[in-house]
Amino acid sequence: MDLSAISPTLLIASLMVAATPLLLAAIGELVVEKAGVLNLGVEGMMIVGAVCGFAVSVETGSPYLGILAAMAGGAILSMLFAFLTQFALANQVASGLALTLFGLGLSALMGQSYVGVKPPVMGKVDIPVLSDLPFVGHILFGHDIVLYMGLGLTAAVWAVLKYTRAGLVLRAVGENHEAAHALGYHVVRVRILAILFGGACAGLGGAYISLIRVPQWTEGMTAGIGWIALALVVFASWKPWRVLLGAYLFGGINVLQLNLQAAGIAIPVEYLAMSPYLITIIVLVILSADKSAAPASLGRPFHASN
Amino acid sequence: MKLTKLLATAAVAMGLATTAMAEKTKVGFIYVGPVGDGGWTYEHDQGRKAVVAEFGDQVETVYQENVPEGADAERAITQMALQGADLIFTTSFGYMDPTINVAKKFPNVKFEHATGYKTSDNVSIYSARFYEGRAIQGHIAGNMTESNIIGYIASFPIPEVIRGINSAYIHAKKVNPDVQFKIIWAYTWFDPAKEADAAKALIEQGADVILQHTDSTAPQAAAQAAGNVVTFGQASDMGEYAPFPRVSSIIDDWAPYYIARTKAVMDGTWETKSTWDGIGAGMVGIGEISDRVPADVKAEALAMKEALASGEYHAFTGPINKQDGTPWLAEGETADDGTLAGMSFYVEGIEGDVPN
Repeated sequence: MDLSAISPTLLIASLMVAATPLLLAAIGELVVEKAGVLNLGVEGMMIVGAVCGFAVSVETGSPYLGILAAMAGGAILSMLFAFLTQFALANQVASGLALTLFGLGLSALMGQSYVGVKPPVMGKVDIPVLSDLPFVGHILFGHDIVLYMGLGLTAAVWAVLKYTRAGLVLRAVGENHEAAHALGYHVVRVRILAILFGGACAGLGGAYISLIRVPQWTEGMTAGIGWIALALVVFASWKPWRVLLGAYLFGGINVLQLNLQAAGIAIPVEYLAMSPYLITIIVLVILSADKSAAPASLGRPFHASN
Repeated sequence: MKLTKLLATAAVAMGLATTAMAEKTKVGFIYVGPVGDGGWTYEHDQGRKAVVAEFGDQVETVYQENVPEGADAERAITQMALQGADLIFTTSFGYMDPTINVAKKFPNVKFEHATGYKTSDNVSIYSARFYEGRAIQGHIAGNMTESNIIGYIASFPIPEVIRGINSAYIHAKKVNPDVQFKIIWAYTWFDPAKEADAAKALIEQGADVILQHTDSTAPQAAAQAAGNVVTFGQASDMGEYAPFPRVSSIIDDWAPYYIARTKAVMDGTWETKSTWDGIGAGMVGIGEISDRVPADVKAEALAMKEALASGEYHAFTGPINKQDGTPWLAEGETADDGTLAGMSFYVEGIEGDVPN
């Protein structure tokens, strides 16, 4: 056992990277669910975002255009879901599952010519003085721009939901769509916008995996992270800061357990391997002792004629 | 009236189509990852394509990707048998019990399970001696490491993976007594993000050679991003990362076996058997050793490949002790297939425990 082999700065830096795709997808899904829509297609939107972002980055040579394309790709795919559930009033669970299957297949098809291609590198944000600070400089100021977007987005979602009129309307739609409708708000419009936002966030999360975390395109490369994002939203009681905490815990413990294994620590590997799931669930269950409930209209279809 | 007529025609057409299909031999494949993983499943699918190329219209192949190991596999295999498959290849270790269970229910369907050890009247097993390739990798890795730390991304603690670790370690240690293995169990065959994280953790802790027993090319990408880190292709050539970081590879070639077994089903000569072929029979290929490997090391590696192929050299040749120091193989003794097939211990010198 040699714990000194683990460098704390590198560890914290890589746990932030590992947590970011999960955070982005989960924060998007949180907004969708707050608007009363259950979109189980997160995995599908992530993988489509991953391939769109990758393809556009490779073709244009610009990772930033790739990021935009990933958001667009995720949002476009989510439009399909929005159409099915908001206009055709299809079952949300079935539509979401279908979206995941469709996304996985579509991305495999789109990505065929990108296997083994190396994407352009995204530069790290370099803030002159801050990045050179010892210890905190590398941890806090040496990352790529998307990682900061994830943190900024969490704060923005929290502030908008809590303090703005738009956030209030969104929550009203999610809690009681009939009342919101009676007050004259466009339930369907609000929900479609929320679904598009969720799609864009999931797409961005997917592209973070294909462009920065791995970086390469491989079929099915999101490997279930979208499902974890869905679970995380529930365990975080639909609260943005808890989603952030959960994502960092999950990503962090995952990276930590890999590092502990490499350092040969004497904890049995089986326990290490299950620890990210276990610890994240325990912490968030303890936090949710305040009995925060799901949005009351979650998963229920709405039509103005009812 | 019209609708009924239409339906009747459709039913007749379908009936005809089914009869036409029944003359074909239907071969099914169950895959653990996507066919585009660039590694393990990719090579099995190349084998499937070779079957199609060989027999053309006489066969029909079906496959299912991303089938989880465990209970759900049983459902997937059953479904394939119900669809009329005559021969089903289940291509991952974790399908062993599901394959045996489904085989009991379909005595007329032939099953072939990769890398397992349970057979029955209609279940054969086949695997490749990947550990022969691991010996060559270990030799190159031991020579090329400068930090003397070799990182190993392992998947599940099953004999095949443990054999690979032991074989690589023995041959790395032989050329570099100071070598140390850092092993991470990823508990997945395919999860690019996790595989990349594991590679990064190993690199951050000083490893400058990464060996992987997981299926995606993600560790190759992580090594490439890190710079001065050597990798080897796993299951497939992964040549897109050559000449560096990927300096060589173990390539699985299932095509001849799949063609032979399909032929046996067609001819009615199929029998239960247990196949375990290595470099000599061509089931394990060694990808081109790139010029980043010093010429003398490359020559030694190629000589070892020849010796392994001819059977002149065995990758597990004594003296070898088990991890706890008890003797396993005496001087000059080679391991028997039974022990290798069930290997569940590390050899002397590897740190850490094999997970249960």
